[in-house]
Amino acid sequence: MGSASHNARTEALMEKTIEQANVKGRSLWDDARARLMRNRAAVASMVVLSVITLLAIAGPWVWPHEYDHVYKSKVGIAPTLEQLFIFGTDSQGRDLFVRLLFGLRVSLAVGVIATFVSLVIGVIWGATAGYIGGKVDEFMMRIVDTLYAMPFIFFVIILMVVFKDFTTGKPALNILLIFVAIGAVEWLTMARIVRGQTIALKRKEFIEAAEAAGVRPFTIIRRHIVPNVLGPVVVYVTLTIPSVILAESFLSFLGLGVQEPLTSLGKLISNGAQDMETMPWTLLFPAVAMMVTLFCFNFIGDGLRDAIDPKDR
Amino acid sequence: MFGFMVRRLLVAIPTVFLIITLAFFLMRSAPGSPFDLERPIPEAIKVRLAEKFHLDKPIAVQFGYYLKDLSRGDLGPSMKYKDKTVGNIIAEGFPVSATLGLSAMGLAVLIGSLLGGFAALKQNQAGDYAVMGIAMTGISIPPFVTGPVLALVFGLYLGWLPTAGLDRGQLTFTHLLLPVITLALPQIAIISRLMRASMIETLRSNYIRTAYAKGLPGYAVIVRHALRAAVLPLISYLGPATAALLTGSIVVEQIFALPGIGRQFVMGALQRDYTVVMGVVILYATLIIILNLIADLLYGVLDPKVRYD
Repeated sequence: MGSASHNARTEALMEKTIEQANVKGRSLWDDARARLMRNRAAVASMVVLSVITLLAIAGPWVWPHEYDHVYKSKVGIAPTLEQLFIFGTDSQGRDLFVRLLFGLRVSLAVGVIATFVSLVIGVIWGATAGYIGGKVDEFMMRIVDTLYAMPFIFFVIILMVVFKDFTTGKPALNILLIFVAIGAVEWLTMARIVRGQTIALKRKEFIEAAEAAGVRPFTIIRRHIVPNVLGPVVVYVTLTIPSVILAESFLSFLGLGVQEPLTSLGKLISNGAQDMETMPWTLLFPAVAMMVTLFCFNFIGDGLRDAIDPKDR
Repeated sequence: MFGFMVRRLLVAIPTVFLIITLAFFLMRSAPGSPFDLERPIPEAIKVRLAEKFHLDKPIAVQFGYYLKDLSRGDLGPSMKYKDKTVGNIIAEGFPVSATLGLSAMGLAVLIGSLLGGFAALKQNQAGDYAVMGIAMTGISIPPFVTGPVLALVFGLYLGWLPTAGLDRGQLTFTHLLLPVITLALPQIAIISRLMRASMIETLRSNYIRTAYAKGLPGYAVIVRHALRAAVLPLISYLGPATAALLTGSIVVEQIFALPGIGRQFVMGALQRDYTVVMGVVILYATLIIILNLIADLLYGVLDPKVRYD
């Protein structure tokens, strides 16, 4: 009986405390968000990037032209309002505007998904190595060091060549391979960052408290370590996406990325570079689109870093 | 320091072995063979060719043969060019790639650290914003955009510089200028950002304040005290920078039709020229390891806080 009323009182007290916290408390995240919102370049980039993403997702559905429709009588026409070829057509007579939107869609998807792959592997690997420490840590990080020494782009190229015939005619499989190949390369830095953070966290009181309370190691990693390393990880993620987009376009430029009639920013630029003497717009528009996209990601990444880690300001 | 070097080189051996193994089996699992030509050759000759290169044996045996040759320093014959060995191909292509890469690296470090240092001294002023704006642009434009555009403007429109290839097989300044700039631009951007950040941090430290306090003139503080500490992060970036330059050089060699090994690698991979691909991968892996080691040693020389023993 006594304990029930005691519980009720504790609960009331807790509620009050939480309420007070709601009124007064400004978490580190709130501060970070406020700092980020003061960064005009970052905010503008977020707006632009949202618009680009929306266009890339919805545009190809709404636009009157199809991305793979060939207008045989309209090969290589300059940008015009007639029939809404606002960005002109390419050397095969396809509407460049819708192809650009479609390419953006593919590039963004590759960037986000491959980064996500690297994020999952890197965070699990780094947090485990850092938390367990000792021999396990040494072994796991030695593997990362070894992989670091590899000329990775060569392996990606070999991978793409190996599976090229295998994926011809299966665009979904081809794109999946690009995700995996690039994601598998990018997780190394993530693992290093997370490990460093984890080692720093491990000695904090709240982790010790969790250990003393008998929480299992993997629960500690999941519940306490991972949420607390999120800051640097978020920054690194925003900076990884543009480098993945670049890596994909690099493969596309060498003819090893996405295959026709699908397209990506890199593929469009590579086609445009071939036709630039006679049809400069086929290079100009994709190049500008890529620049703007990468600009936005880089500005957001920088803004986040300044917001989360104010030491450098 | 000597012990550190030996230990690092010993660790490198399994790394290189792993790379060789991975590349070998990956490459061999690719469908097709080096003898699938556009003009088909008779089956009998194909069989003889396969025999000559041991391609008819099980893959593990082939790997054994390869390692045996490799241990004698023999990278084997090219499977595409009848009269060339992989050694020949690398000997022809490497000087081109190395000149390209080293010039780009030199240019990037020089201009990048100057720009970065300048931006740090003018922190949050117009000069700083201008440099960082340029740097952001440099990072956001990939070399396969800058390359063709530079070639178009300076080669075709203005006609100042050649757009592609070499001058009768010779590397000349004018033929190298555009490729080197294309390759260096993103690195200039990255290095100037790194330099700016580390310079700002250095300028805030106590010993710089002390140096000013004891009355040293500004340039002496900056050149003798601040710069030396500020370049340290750059040195640890040299390893990744090398890797980035190697990657970039594949694209640049493609754009400007330079006969470097990056181009040989891509062609080799597409044509299943197994031995050429292996040779280039081994060369690059060794290069990266050695350059990383040099960067670490340099770090130890320059930073009195780091000692290898």
